Amino acid sequence: MATSTYVGGIPPRPAVRGFYGRLRGGDEIAYLTTLVCAIGILLIVALIVFMLWTNSQPTVKTFGWHFLVTSTWDPNNNQFGALPFIYGTCVTSFLALLIAVPLGVAAAIFLAEMAPPKLSNIFTFLIELLAAVPSVIYGLLGIFILVPLIRDYLVPVLRALFGWLPIFQGDFYGVSLLSAGLVLSVMVVPFIISVSREVLLAVPVEQREAALAVGATKWETTWQIVLPNASTGIIGSVFLALARALGETMAVTMVVGNTPKIAASLFAPGYSIAAVIANEFAEASGSLYVSSLIFLGLVLFGLTIIINGIARIMILMTARGSA
Amino acid sequence: MATPQQQQALKPPVVAPVEGSEVPKTQVMPKLDAKNLDFYYGSFKALHGITLSICTNKITAFIGPSGCGKSTFLRTMNRMNETVRNSRAEGEILLDGENILAMDVTDVRRRVGMVFQKSNPFPKTIFDNVAYGLRVNGVHKRSVIQETVERSLQHAALWTEVKDKLSKPASALSGGQQQRLCIARALAVQPEVLLLDEPCSALDPIATLKIEELLFQIKDITTIVIVTHNMQQAARLADYTGFFLMGKLIEFDDTRKIFQNPSKKETEDYVTGRFG
Amino acid sequence: MSTHTSVTRKLVNAVMLSLSAVCTVLVVGVLFFILGYLLWNGGRSLNLAFFTNLPKPSGETGGGMANAIVGSGKILLLATAIGVPIGFCAGVYLSEYSGKAFAFTLRYTVDLLNGVPSIVIGIVAYALVVRPMKHFSALAGGVALGIMMIPIAVRTTEEFLRAVPNSLREGAMALGATKAKTIFTVVVPAAIAGLTSGMMLNLARVAGETAPLLFTALGNMFWSRGWLQPIATLPVMIYNYAIAPEEDLHQQAWAAGFVLLTLVLVINVTARLIIARGPAGSSRR
Repeated sequence: MATSTYVGGIPPRPAVRGFYGRLRGGDEIAYLTTLVCAIGILLIVALIVFMLWTNSQPTVKTFGWHFLVTSTWDPNNNQFGALPFIYGTCVTSFLALLIAVPLGVAAAIFLAEMAPPKLSNIFTFLIELLAAVPSVIYGLLGIFILVPLIRDYLVPVLRALFGWLPIFQGDFYGVSLLSAGLVLSVMVVPFIISVSREVLLAVPVEQREAALAVGATKWETTWQIVLPNASTGIIGSVFLALARALGETMAVTMVVGNTPKIAASLFAPGYSIAAVIANEFAEASGSLYVSSLIFLGLVLFGLTIIINGIARIMILMTARGSA
Repeated sequence: MATPQQQQALKPPVVAPVEGSEVPKTQVMPKLDAKNLDFYYGSFKALHGITLSICTNKITAFIGPSGCGKSTFLRTMNRMNETVRNSRAEGEILLDGENILAMDVTDVRRRVGMVFQKSNPFPKTIFDNVAYGLRVNGVHKRSVIQETVERSLQHAALWTEVKDKLSKPASALSGGQQQRLCIARALAVQPEVLLLDEPCSALDPIATLKIEELLFQIKDITTIVIVTHNMQQAARLADYTGFFLMGKLIEFDDTRKIFQNPSKKETEDYVTGRFG
Repeated sequence: MSTHTSVTRKLVNAVMLSLSAVCTVLVVGVLFFILGYLLWNGGRSLNLAFFTNLPKPSGETGGGMANAIVGSGKILLLATAIGVPIGFCAGVYLSEYSGKAFAFTLRYTVDLLNGVPSIVIGIVAYALVVRPMKHFSALAGGVALGIMMIPIAVRTTEEFLRAVPNSLREGAMALGATKAKTIFTVVVPAAIAGLTSGMMLNLARVAGETAPLLFTALGNMFWSRGWLQPIATLPVMIYNYAIAPEEDLHQQAWAAGFVLLTLVLVINVTARLIIARGPAGSSRR
């Protein structure tokens, strides 16, 4: 038979908890603390935008929006223009995507559609490790391995085959827009593969089976059925990769040549927004110089927000579509 | 009007039959009193004017077809329904005379415990599972905790099976053992009322039997309210039974009367198996 | 019925499949190449002096990066102390308390913060810490990296707390636990494997960041005392030595790259293993 007496224990009729009791329960404190942190993050982001904007004001007031299309960058004479950097950022990113997207999507197709699951998982794991390699390491490999390789093997070939194109003319000294673009492509490929692979895997198996059942080959199924289904998501992954490429600093600044000039050839050295800030900010003096660099940072920030936003929308659209 | 099979099914396995065929509700002070309880999920009225009394140290069962509100009503008794947004209760539920809807909610839940349909042991050791309620309510003395854990596991008929592996994770136990662990966990805080929401529906007959036996044993230390979709279980276990249908309490009486001589036609239809 | 010959289609099929396999092998090959070359080149430049000595000017032997290793450790500690609590608490709020509208706003803002280029975060830390103090410092570097740690901390916390089944929360609350106690004594411990793994990945990502440190922590050829002096860090040393003209400094850059990469990859692999084992180990049914 059970008895109802316990040793010690909780008093049978606890009084209604007052303020102190509720405080000890921790509910109010926990709620307030977490809310404060959440609001704090909103404030931090607002602060970032605010600081970037106010600290860019000297440049905005002096040059206005012409700053974005001027191509002179001469700190000694207080002449500042963003065009060389915008140009360099765009060219290197575009080149990176040109190489990385076909390669990455092809690899994603292989991993999602063809490879046996175990192999696919191992490879995916390794590729995700690639994404974790720090930028400065890519820069290191870029300077000492990639650039000599490009100089000794790639450039002669390009010159021989396409030397009549303006983008492949001129002298090549190693550091160049081409080198930066290639290093960026290596850095950006893992993202494209990861996201594209997941998007492809999300396409329902029934779609594939429907195609195979009428006699399509594996490739035809993939190319004509799966890929179109996943296309929005894959484009989203491309935008994500682009956002990353735009903001990439170290690897680019180590191989791009750091020359604020616009040249038609990819062999020429160039500059990117992130690279110029990295190189010149620490020693910049004079409020116009500093604020120009900060304004460049704001431009970059704005660009990445827009691109990231587009990417997110596309990936959301894929999720809705296949759900 | 009961068939011979029903009479056989009504025989409880262990304890002698409850005496008295009259409604003894007024003989003892009711532990829990519901007075005209309405419950709303948003604009949907889930419970209509429920009035009943739960007697101390007795087993009360709620039966009825799926969606009839028996689980909803059970959950209002320890205010677990409040975790759903936009829900509200109107009316009164008195625990020893105090309206629980006006009390501090964690106090209510400490005094009115609950065991859920699917066992939900925490990802902690067996010992820490049973001790959790004590620690969270401010009991930290080791000797007290250890003694209470042992008592609770004994009440839940689990002690002999786990006494050598108290530091093993609770997930290592079988389904029936996990449910008994949840009962021990609930008992550790000395609830005045123990609510059980279809506790055996996910268990095999042997595990079910173990739980039913232990419920008989612990009815002296607490008051038991059990929701079940298994009529035979209600007939075996309960002193009083309430029949719910579409959010209303159709009939609430001595179990024998409900099953042998129900007053309402709906009750008779249900217990004789004509629907549900 | 098709007008294509099946041979052509089969050929196209085979070619395309092979091509995609080649691309994959190429990409994975790059990883092995990176690791391999770094291991070989960095490993052979690695010696005890690297870990124990201060940097020496080019030409002198026995230079090391002891101060950079310690410096990285210090800054990462500060970054974790800043970024993880804020991120974790906000994640708890998102998962356990927040209404839909606020949650959407916060998630969007967190994603925004995640997308900010690291160099821009450096500018912000410069404006917030370096400018008022009028000198570079470990504090500024820690602030920059701490801000970078916030978005992933928020996302990881929210994701893993949401994954904890509601039945556990109900079980705790039915015993009289307040919401706060439920969260911190049941929900968080249930999610601990994922949370730990997420924080490790966060740390690994931030450990390799160079750009935001270039004009916050700057660098130091000597030991840095306290938190208010410029401080050497591993990634920045790699950068500085790699772009220097001297060959022996290049060798040290390789060695440092080896150490940094090993650290980052070890943390990454460990974190992923915790995830792979965690949920499976805690519930065997």
